[in-house]
Amino acid sequence: MTAPPRARAAGGAAKSTGPSADGTGAAGSGAAGAGVPASSVAAPGAPPRTRRAAATTVTAALVAALLLLALLSAGIGAYTIPVSDVLGSLLHRAGAGGAPLDRVAESVLWNVRLPRVVLAVLVGASLGCAGALMQGVFGNPLAEPGVIGISSGAAVGAVASIALGLTFLGNWTVTACAFVAGLATVLLVYLLSRSGGRTEVVTLLLTGIAVNAFAGALIGLSIFFADNAQLTQITFWQLGSLAQATWPKVLAVLPCALAGLLVAPLCSRRLDLLALGERPARHLGVDVERLRLTLVLVVALLTAAAVAVAGIITFVGLLVPHLLRMAAGPGHRFLVPGSALGGAVVLVGADLAARTVAQPAELPLGVLTALLGSPFFFWLLRRTRRRQGGWA
Amino acid sequence: MPRLPLSSRRRQDLTRIRPAHGEAAAEACAAAVRLGGRRVLDGVDLCLTAGEVLALVGPNGAGKSTLLSALAGDLPLESGTVRLGGRELGEFSPRQLAVRRAVLPQAATLAFPFTVAEVVQMGRAPWAGTPQEDEDEAAVTEAMAQTEVTAFADRPFSALSGGERARVALARVLAQRTPLLLLDEPTAALDLRHQELVLALCRARAAAGDAVAVVLHDLNLAAAYADRVALLDAGRLTGVGPPARVLTPEALTSVYRHPVEVHPHPTSGAPLVLPAREPGAHQG
Repeated sequence: MTAPPRARAAGGAAKSTGPSADGTGAAGSGAAGAGVPASSVAAPGAPPRTRRAAATTVTAALVAALLLLALLSAGIGAYTIPVSDVLGSLLHRAGAGGAPLDRVAESVLWNVRLPRVVLAVLVGASLGCAGALMQGVFGNPLAEPGVIGISSGAAVGAVASIALGLTFLGNWTVTACAFVAGLATVLLVYLLSRSGGRTEVVTLLLTGIAVNAFAGALIGLSIFFADNAQLTQITFWQLGSLAQATWPKVLAVLPCALAGLLVAPLCSRRLDLLALGERPARHLGVDVERLRLTLVLVVALLTAAAVAVAGIITFVGLLVPHLLRMAAGPGHRFLVPGSALGGAVVLVGADLAARTVAQPAELPLGVLTALLGSPFFFWLLRRTRRRQGGWA
Repeated sequence: MPRLPLSSRRRQDLTRIRPAHGEAAAEACAAAVRLGGRRVLDGVDLCLTAGEVLALVGPNGAGKSTLLSALAGDLPLESGTVRLGGRELGEFSPRQLAVRRAVLPQAATLAFPFTVAEVVQMGRAPWAGTPQEDEDEAAVTEAMAQTEVTAFADRPFSALSGGERARVALARVLAQRTPLLLLDEPTAALDLRHQELVLALCRARAAAGDAVAVVLHDLNLAAAYADRVALLDAGRLTGVGPPARVLTPEALTSVYRHPVEVHPHPTSGAPLVLPAREPGAHQG
């Protein structure tokens, strides 16, 4: 009608919300913005400006919160390092001025705190992103790796590899076992909980209960056969914690987490279409089977990465996407990278709290997230039930 | 996702997407479908040509929706073939099918609270990365205006009434701008005004050269708006042709197992279908 439409689409987006119109530009998983050409994604017509603006605002707020929390988390603890010193040391290592710290502080910061912060970011991002993807695939806002048993499934692999003393892949053994077990669990839940192309809430949750129970039994069995040293390690998986963070651990999960986080945003647009249902999505050109297979693999990758280093940490993947959806709408182009970012914020914050709330003791991180997440889950259940007018 | 390589391949296809007026847009040859051990479609031969509105009518469970699904490529055939523009359905990728035919499902559901405008924009997804992408905005605006949903563009889909949802779903299908439209009971949830509106839209699309197949329960709507009517009974086609030829009292009485009267409309002459009722039935 008016200007050349391609320019119009891009221009319209820029006019309303600035350069990172889809809210992913600064989201850490920059591939989201870069991988999908703006001309093909920019929603035409007059999309609700408020949602676009909200997405940008939320993204900016999350990035700021993540940076702030990461800095605080690197400084606060049994050995306090002022934030200015943390910044100085970071700049120094990056070769951009700053100053090195004394030996103890330098060691605490670089060998204890920073790997832990980086690990919290990776695990949180993986869990948040996995939650958003899972909810999209199941078309159900209650799907989450922890709730439906994927985390326990992955933990079975990890625990079993510890109990059996497996080392066939060196540093990556636990991650690999967690991945295989996680993948098997996703596929199992997926097959069991779907009927006629849809997943009912009740079926999904009941399947989750069954899978969690079975995984619990397998973990119990591993505990039964484990010796004392292994027992301590296994207990750590069950409670969920980042206390054993080291750079080698960061390296062990980095490939899984990164691969998952980079692939996930590429499926965003098709996830939007999947919200219409399976057949309508296929009518709009989505190869639903292939999309599902891809996403199930990605979810297994992300969950395995998180579980392999941090044990079972529930509810992050449930809470984060849900809050973001309420703030900025259900569009997955924002939701998927946004949930990764939000998950990172939540986990860095939760880990900081777990370390400092009961000093000098340390709360298990998984216990803390479950403590805060369960009431939220309860509220969500009530709300879903009310909207559906009952379960039966 | 390999979007860019795909688009160049699709570009060649686009020239052959639209069948000429009067050419076969979709055809089923001896199509049979078995669902849950029951043969719900049994050797149906049907050809849908570009530029016509074809109404699929028949009693509950006659196989209307199944036939539509078979034409859409949703269901595996037990035997027979379905062709789209001369090529068998299996030869197309989902994306290639999506630019050729749009399907309106019987019930519109949505897992997450997208707004009406966002839902209609989803109809443009198959064209992403093609030259037709330039029409996105116009197609969405036009479809929303045609179905009278522009007023609630920014409302969440889940907050709409059944009839409003049905119109939004139709807007999404219209925005897809495909030469073949398969609509499953588009009028079921609609009031009188919007029923007429939807069928007038079907006529307009047919006049523009598209092929429209529409499942209808209201035989009078079928008689008034369709070029041809296909009457189904127990998975078989019992008659295809102009409404006046197919919608006869004898055929309808037998298919619906209820006495039916057919009278010519006083002005248009189109058949008016009335179930025979006992005199004074409304008093008892």
